[in-house]
Amino acid sequence: MRRTQKDTEASAKKVSRRALILGGAQLAFVAVLGARMRYMQVEKAGEYQLLAEENRINIRLIPPARGLILDRNGKLIAGNEQNYRVVITREEAGDVDLVLTRLSEVIPLTPDDIDKTKKEIERRSSFVPIVVADWLRWQDLSAVAVNTPALPGVNPEVGLSRHYPRFGDMAHVVGYVGPVSDADLAALEDPDPLLQIPKFQIGKIGVEKWMEQDLRGKAGTTQIEVNSVGRVMRELDRQEGEAGSDIRLTIDADVQNYVQARLDGESAAVVVMDVQTGDLLAMASAPSFDPNLFVRGISHADYTLLMENDHRPLANKSVQGAYPPGSTFKIVTGLAALEAGSITPNSSVYCPGYLEFGGRKFHCWKHGGHGQVDLTKSLKESCDVYYYEVAQKAGIDAIAAMGRKLGLGQRHDLPMSAIAEGVMPDKEWKQARHKEDWRIGDTINASIGQGYVLATPLQLAVMTARVASGKAVSPRLVLAIGDAEQPIPEAPPLDISPQSLDAVRKGMFAVVNAPGGTAGASRITYETMLMAGKTGTSQVRNISASERAAGVIKNDQLPWKRRDHALFVAYAPADNPKIAVSVIVEHGGGGSMVAAPIARDVILRVLTGELPPLDAYPAGQRNKIEEQQKNLKLRPADDDTVVSTRA
Amino acid sequence: MSFLEYQVKTVPTGIRKLFYLNWGLVLVLIAVASMGFLMLYSIAGGSMEPWAEPQIKRFAVGLLVMLVIAFIPIWFIRNMAGVAYGLSMLLLLAVEFFGQVGKGAQRWLEVGPIVIQPSELMKVALVMMLAAYYDWLDPKKVSRPLWVLLPVLLIVSPTVLVLMQPNLGTSLMLLMGGAAVMFAAGVSFWYFAVVIGLGVGAVAGVFMTRGTPWQFLHDYQYTRIDTFLDPTSDPLGAGYNIIQAQIALGSGGWSGKGFMQGTQSRLNFLPEKHTDFIFTTLAEEFGFVGAFSLLLLYGLIIFFCFAAALQNKDRFSQLLLIGIGCTFFFYLAVNLSMVMGMAPVVGVPLPFLSYGGSATLVLMLAFGAVQSAIVHRPR
Repeated sequence: MRRTQKDTEASAKKVSRRALILGGAQLAFVAVLGARMRYMQVEKAGEYQLLAEENRINIRLIPPARGLILDRNGKLIAGNEQNYRVVITREEAGDVDLVLTRLSEVIPLTPDDIDKTKKEIERRSSFVPIVVADWLRWQDLSAVAVNTPALPGVNPEVGLSRHYPRFGDMAHVVGYVGPVSDADLAALEDPDPLLQIPKFQIGKIGVEKWMEQDLRGKAGTTQIEVNSVGRVMRELDRQEGEAGSDIRLTIDADVQNYVQARLDGESAAVVVMDVQTGDLLAMASAPSFDPNLFVRGISHADYTLLMENDHRPLANKSVQGAYPPGSTFKIVTGLAALEAGSITPNSSVYCPGYLEFGGRKFHCWKHGGHGQVDLTKSLKESCDVYYYEVAQKAGIDAIAAMGRKLGLGQRHDLPMSAIAEGVMPDKEWKQARHKEDWRIGDTINASIGQGYVLATPLQLAVMTARVASGKAVSPRLVLAIGDAEQPIPEAPPLDISPQSLDAVRKGMFAVVNAPGGTAGASRITYETMLMAGKTGTSQVRNISASERAAGVIKNDQLPWKRRDHALFVAYAPADNPKIAVSVIVEHGGGGSMVAAPIARDVILRVLTGELPPLDAYPAGQRNKIEEQQKNLKLRPADDDTVVSTRA
Repeated sequence: MSFLEYQVKTVPTGIRKLFYLNWGLVLVLIAVASMGFLMLYSIAGGSMEPWAEPQIKRFAVGLLVMLVIAFIPIWFIRNMAGVAYGLSMLLLLAVEFFGQVGKGAQRWLEVGPIVIQPSELMKVALVMMLAAYYDWLDPKKVSRPLWVLLPVLLIVSPTVLVLMQPNLGTSLMLLMGGAAVMFAAGVSFWYFAVVIGLGVGAVAGVFMTRGTPWQFLHDYQYTRIDTFLDPTSDPLGAGYNIIQAQIALGSGGWSGKGFMQGTQSRLNFLPEKHTDFIFTTLAEEFGFVGAFSLLLLYGLIIFFCFAAALQNKDRFSQLLLIGIGCTFFFYLAVNLSMVMGMAPVVGVPLPFLSYGGSATLVLMLAFGAVQSAIVHRPR
């Protein structure tokens, strides 16, 4: 349709007006957008920058290398081993089933392994590496590496894990590590963030547990840039942690190995202690177990086997086992009576073979009795009636005080688990514990280390060391933490007169070295290494009157569980004591027959520093000893190289 | 017969048209598009693939298309408006029945190797159609109800089709672009006031009855609207995108983290980072300086359109220039409001920056028409 020039001009003007309104509105809105930009990017930039940092930075912990545990000579007891494992990442693998099938042709994989892996893969994000198999041999790892092209998404990895190269030798002392459990976490008030790492290993028992803080070290951190699904893009910053401190124990790994080997087959414990410093040179408990089993997670079958063994391999008998000390306790009774002035070394008691008291007969182990007995003879022949008599004179409280002075009935503080306190009974104790008055019969039982008295092999070793040195030495297990040598605690003198100590030492010397001594067969022929000791045989059953009448049943004829415990405590060399040894063989029979020979072997091993030479033994025994030494299952010497497996 | 026909002799002809092109506009378009290429290159982790290279090729084709259209006389374009509109409507219907489904919406039409997004075409076709309509209509009749109803139908029919795809963003663009042309053509304020009033009233009614027995919607529908309006209330669901986008934007600061250093975008915290949310990457890597520069360039483009409209006395050219300028403005306004957390998330790309062939080509088509209107202005 035709329009006039005027109409056109008018309508164009109207459009222009409207255009200006639109343009103005748009300009205003653009200004708003600009202002918003400025607000977000200039004024609030800091806040948003913080949010962006939080978004992308993830802090991860680097587990520190655990401190090593070494013996007193620096030989490795607990180290860190490289754990070769193979991981698979789903997103790189593509067809997981196919890759796993191929992998099972390269390394040994059970169908169970494959099932577990598949389940784990389904649960996790596609970029998380899943462990298919660990504890692989180097060959397996290389096999995987070689076949990489055919195994997309499969990667060999190396981690660190605890390893105990001496297997059972140190299991009870050092303990073992295991993955952190919920119970472990709950027990801690302020748990180390390291413990949150899945499968992080911490000490479960023994030195590993009690020195955890020193051994663990400090975690390093790595700042990782991640994307929105958590995939690691790159490492931004890395703070190395601190490796745990190495711990040097007082234990001599070779002596320990010898002792464990010597106890093979027995249910027994041996403690070897330096009488001057209190250093524990060996703490053996037999049978033992392989701590490495626990590190990897012990199988149900293995665990059942350990639990059902009547020799109780898991128990650390040297500190946990509290036994009636038997005749070894006569050292305490004798010293108590001497110190109380009840007897002199020369005063004697007549032993008819029993003591009648309150209508009850307390028997001496020797049916016909010992006749006239003085202190030396009482120790040498281990006359019971002598101690029945003198104990009554001294009284139980004096005996208990002496026992405690010598280290019984108390917990010696060592970094070990379940250290038993034992029992050093007195009147107060019985009242508190059993709500009964102390009876003279109790004193008579206690005088020969029966009845209520209980002591651990560690306590018996301490007792012997104190008698030998005349000082109140305390046991110690840790020689050095990192580079810091631990000071030897000052041992105060025992509050016992030298005369009394000498009298008892003389008796203990006679036990081994005088004709008729209960441990005469176990004497050492080297003049410089003569041993002094005391045998003990502690009953685990009551001998009834009828049995006694019919003749006491020989231990050999009893079932193992009902046989007597065999004990022996000793120190050597007798004239210049260096070490104290306590031996207990559970249900071993007689102390003189079973325990004393072990103590002799151990003493010779420590003092000579080598396998005991045959000429240290009485001539008649050498063939037997040679045979016995041949059968010892000792660790080969070339295993001793110290390898620090710190990676 | 319009004003143009009288003055046709004063319009440049032949190769001389080149001198009358608005070369400033061409340069600004190239500048904006180049920012887009840079961002696509950065988002791909410093690679021309998979976005930057195709985008450059398409833009090059688009430039050619723009120049070709610039040489077509504006009256021919006007005469083709009905054809363009009708064709676009047909394609929209076709997409309804044969369209490719992507992200739950039917938007694509594949014809051999060519992928067509009819809703994009319609944006230009609608503006052309309305401009032609008002060019034809006697200016005195524009506010008569019957003559208002007709353009309303022209706007609403494609809008409903696009909404059914469903593509809320584009239907919104169509609605606003069409309304802008009607407004510019001189339709009485009252129509706009009534429509806006009714709209506000309806929304108010829906929300004010909430919680009463007469509420219009189900409770879950209200909740959905809540998250739509305030995405921060659902930080891991619907709100995730917008929150991450704001973090990216804000953390850019004054001068940005540097080219290819955007942690948010490079680390995949950003959704749709190469399409609707591309501005956040720009803002993160080049900061306020970069983001504001882009805003200024956009402003310049719109300014060129409006300035040309004011200079021109031809009604069709005027309305086309304003319509395209406004549509372009609505694009960037809605997109920027969305990524800056000022508006709910609706799928609207950022012109020339967002990756996408149809959108870029259609934009260049539109700017071809703009150049044609500029070139063929009677002098």
